[in-house]
Amino acid sequence: MLERNILKFTWTHSRPAQIFILFIVLLSMPTYFMSLDLPKQIVNGPILGQGFETAGAEQTFMKLSWTFSGEEWVLFSGFQLERLNTLFALSGTFLTLIIVNGLFKFYINTYKGRLGERMLRRIRYSLVDRLLRFPVRAFRRIKSSEMASMVKDEVEPIGGFMGDAFVQPLLLGGQAITAMTFIMVQNVYLGLIAMFMIGIQFIIIPRMRRHLIRLGKERQITARKLAGRVGEIVDGITHVHVNDTSHYERADISSRLAKIFYIRYELFQRKFFTKFLNNLLAQITPFLFYVVGGYFALQGKIDVGQLVAVIAAYKDLPSPIKELIDWDQQRLDVEVKYTQVVEQFDIEDMLDENLQALPDEAVPPLAFPIEINNLTVTDDTGTTLLNRARLKIAAGTSLAIVGPSNSGADVLADSIVRLHVPDTGSVSFGGTDLFDIGESAIGRRVGYAASDIFLPQGSLRDGLLYALKHQPVAERTYEGPDALTRQRFLNEAAITANSNLDIDADWLCIDNDLAASGEGMAVHQRLVDVLCAAGLEDDVFNLGLRGEVDPDSNPQFADNILAARKALRAHIDDEKLSDLVELFDPQKYAVQATIGENLLFGTPVGDEFAPQNLAQNDYLRSILRDAGLEDVLLAKGVELAETTIGLFQDLPPDHEFFNQITFMDAERLPEYAALLKRAKQTGETALTVDERYMLIELTFSYVEPQHRMGLVDEDLQDRVLDGRNRFKNGLPADLAGTISFYDPETYNAAASVQDNLLMGRVTHGIARGPQRVFEVMSATLKEMQLRDEILDLGLEFDIGSAGKRLSSVQRQKLGLARALIKQPDLLVLNRPLSALDGRQQAVILSDVMKYVTRQTNKPAIVWVVSDAALASDFDEICVMAGGKILETGKRETLLKSGGAYSQVLAE
Amino acid sequence: MALNDEVEMLGNVSLFAGLKPSQLKLLAFTSQHLTFMEGDMLFSQNDSGDAAYVVLCGKADVIVQINGSDVVVATLAENSIIGEIAILCDVPRTASVRAATRLETLCIEKEQLLKLLKEFPAMAIDLMKVLAERLAATTADLSAARAELNKLSKG
Repeated sequence: MLERNILKFTWTHSRPAQIFILFIVLLSMPTYFMSLDLPKQIVNGPILGQGFETAGAEQTFMKLSWTFSGEEWVLFSGFQLERLNTLFALSGTFLTLIIVNGLFKFYINTYKGRLGERMLRRIRYSLVDRLLRFPVRAFRRIKSSEMASMVKDEVEPIGGFMGDAFVQPLLLGGQAITAMTFIMVQNVYLGLIAMFMIGIQFIIIPRMRRHLIRLGKERQITARKLAGRVGEIVDGITHVHVNDTSHYERADISSRLAKIFYIRYELFQRKFFTKFLNNLLAQITPFLFYVVGGYFALQGKIDVGQLVAVIAAYKDLPSPIKELIDWDQQRLDVEVKYTQVVEQFDIEDMLDENLQALPDEAVPPLAFPIEINNLTVTDDTGTTLLNRARLKIAAGTSLAIVGPSNSGADVLADSIVRLHVPDTGSVSFGGTDLFDIGESAIGRRVGYAASDIFLPQGSLRDGLLYALKHQPVAERTYEGPDALTRQRFLNEAAITANSNLDIDADWLCIDNDLAASGEGMAVHQRLVDVLCAAGLEDDVFNLGLRGEVDPDSNPQFADNILAARKALRAHIDDEKLSDLVELFDPQKYAVQATIGENLLFGTPVGDEFAPQNLAQNDYLRSILRDAGLEDVLLAKGVELAETTIGLFQDLPPDHEFFNQITFMDAERLPEYAALLKRAKQTGETALTVDERYMLIELTFSYVEPQHRMGLVDEDLQDRVLDGRNRFKNGLPADLAGTISFYDPETYNAAASVQDNLLMGRVTHGIARGPQRVFEVMSATLKEMQLRDEILDLGLEFDIGSAGKRLSSVQRQKLGLARALIKQPDLLVLNRPLSALDGRQQAVILSDVMKYVTRQTNKPAIVWVVSDAALASDFDEICVMAGGKILETGKRETLLKSGGAYSQVLAE
Repeated sequence: MALNDEVEMLGNVSLFAGLKPSQLKLLAFTSQHLTFMEGDMLFSQNDSGDAAYVVLCGKADVIVQINGSDVVVATLAENSIIGEIAILCDVPRTASVRAATRLETLCIEKEQLLKLLKEFPAMAIDLMKVLAERLAATTADLSAARAELNKLSKG
């Protein structure tokens, strides 16, 4: 239960700090008072000449003494100073006091800020901590973006207030009382006037602000809901498109924004009116001072110095008063916000903290059998999802649950991993109730996968190993400045009751059961094994081949790939596959590559030489000019354009055939036609440089074997080779790094691993050419034992937000692999491969079965299968329908009895 | 082989003999030049047909499975068209075709040809003519064969 009262909460968690800062504030008071008093002394003393009536008169300065029961105790007898020096001395003291005041303020504000931030950190952390202990069903009604908005935005002002919670009223109250006392001491009547006006402010302003609080609350809720709706739009964007509901969403957002606008507008009106009234009241007081004080001064009842001092002191009065009122306002406001947020995070059936406690020692294996007794589960509308289910699962047995999606099969499986709270009945492991077993046992000894999978943003490896990050297995040691940073982190975490576990430590609890068996299996081997079992290995291998590697940070890998490149070339020669591949040679024109690629002969890095910018690049243009290529390519470009236009002239402009032209944007065909016509009439020399390059650009994407128009002859090849050399040799220093040149002897950092292996092009138009090359490549890698390194690289693939850069099939396979990697005692797989077709599912199912038998302790398996035929390899089969278990038993027995299983099979 | 040569070869194929040079050129441009190594299968019996091949250079064996063993029933050379029936009507491949030598072909995809026919009705009529002539020839062959058969059974 979170503390509902914000002041109590603050006091409980920051008492020593609050007391300390109160003490500092008190300490700052005397100097503040002295700085108020000094102006009077300066004006009355040296300026107006009090005490300096005779020439050469002197006054005592800085005499420290106090009178105690009639006796004077002198601490310091002071200096004797004449009038001018007294002026300087007093003014100097004034300056010093201002600086001391400023320093006090600086220290107090920093301290308060830190205090507030710590409290904010504590609140945020405890909110997320509670979120992690919410019962699973609570999330059916929670919008993630609303939660995020509460944790991030709504508590923010609360943190700011907590720093000020006690200090501010004391500081401001102290200042106000000091100023007030000072005025009172100078003149009681003026003091009474000031007090009266302040009283009015204190009564009227808070009344006016009550509305502001109500409006603030409304604003908070509407803004939170807005965040929730935006989150919904993002999550459901595909459904917005396929249902054409974008206008509905726009209207919804518009109406919400209107609501927020009206609330805020009213808020402004009220706020600024209150401000106006407040200012007016504050300004009336000096008016009274001038009138009444001036009258007294003229009457000689107070001296002018006193009046000046009173007015100076009063200058400092309205602002603390105003801020005090502000503080009170803020308190009310923040209290509303705080209660609002806390209510959302105070829900029933929160998971007991002990269930999530970090275990001190290795988590023992799960106790078997699992007994499901009379288990009934209903949803929050009261519909029965699972009806008095009874089941017993012994250690190491495999159980298939067969049933359609509303049969209760999913609920039964999910109940075993505590995703449902039973209404009646129980699930127990070796006699211990499921709800008495810690999350560490469930989370570490049970492998779970369902059709949807949570993937944190990061690499594929991160996604796979997420399931093993239970707790740090080894403390990380820090040295030097890092050790200080770590110590500071620990201190702050302790002050704010945050987790002190090190996110950068080694979190991989990979040796779950290997520790017991005494055999250490390399992490990598385990990864590869589960990838194979889940049918994901080839995918990862392909991702690895498409990945890029920085040879500077991984020289060994680059060397290996270079060796593999040599081996691959030998294979290609041996197996007479040289027709399939054209290898890059800096001294040869690559027929299978475009003219543009032949000129650059490298991989562009960044946009400078990217294909779409090539024709506009000044450096390339200068090279083409110098090499005499401009005119040659222009002629080729004209020929290419003429042929293309001739080919397509009879077709309507939007015909699908236009998509076949790879060297030209079909929409620009008319533009080119007009350009050619003009070139014919006036001669090519009349074209502007950019127009000439429009035509030259066409040739950059031209590949002879693909387009077959006979543009690339020997003369062109020689000239392009010359251009290629000039381009490379003349590359200015500021463009170095924008291109990574092809070199058969070195690793190209900008190209993929696959391109680096081949360092050439697959020949166009050979049947099954790319597949054959891939087969040879993959065989070469295997032979050189580099497959694992490629897999490693594939595991570094960035899977994007929620794994969206993977296909849904790949995501599900990854989910399955993640369940297997734990080497669990129990596998609960709830339709883990629903995105795959039946045949693929059967293949992976049999691979998984083979994989688990190789595990040191064969786990029990509960697998919800979508097709009854898939259940044949299991020890036992459980058939469900309508929330009930229809029959359970061995396959043969079920088939013999001719009951529900036989029927489902027959369907 | 350049586009212009391919156009010339296409013109020699009886099915396309009636097409104008510009149409032949478009057909060649939208088709893929595909090379098969000796022994590569172009397609197998009973596959669904998605493309026809014009032999530009080399030889191809037409193979039919008879009683479980492969029998070469014909060998096709330059200017032949292979698999055209399957792209004009949806029937599975009636035979397998294997490259007997290194074989260069022009691969005309079903989609591309149908689109061309849609665009140029004259081309469709020409094609129809060629097919009708073939049908007439086949029908004549058939009657001759039947007559022969009758004679044999009577005699």
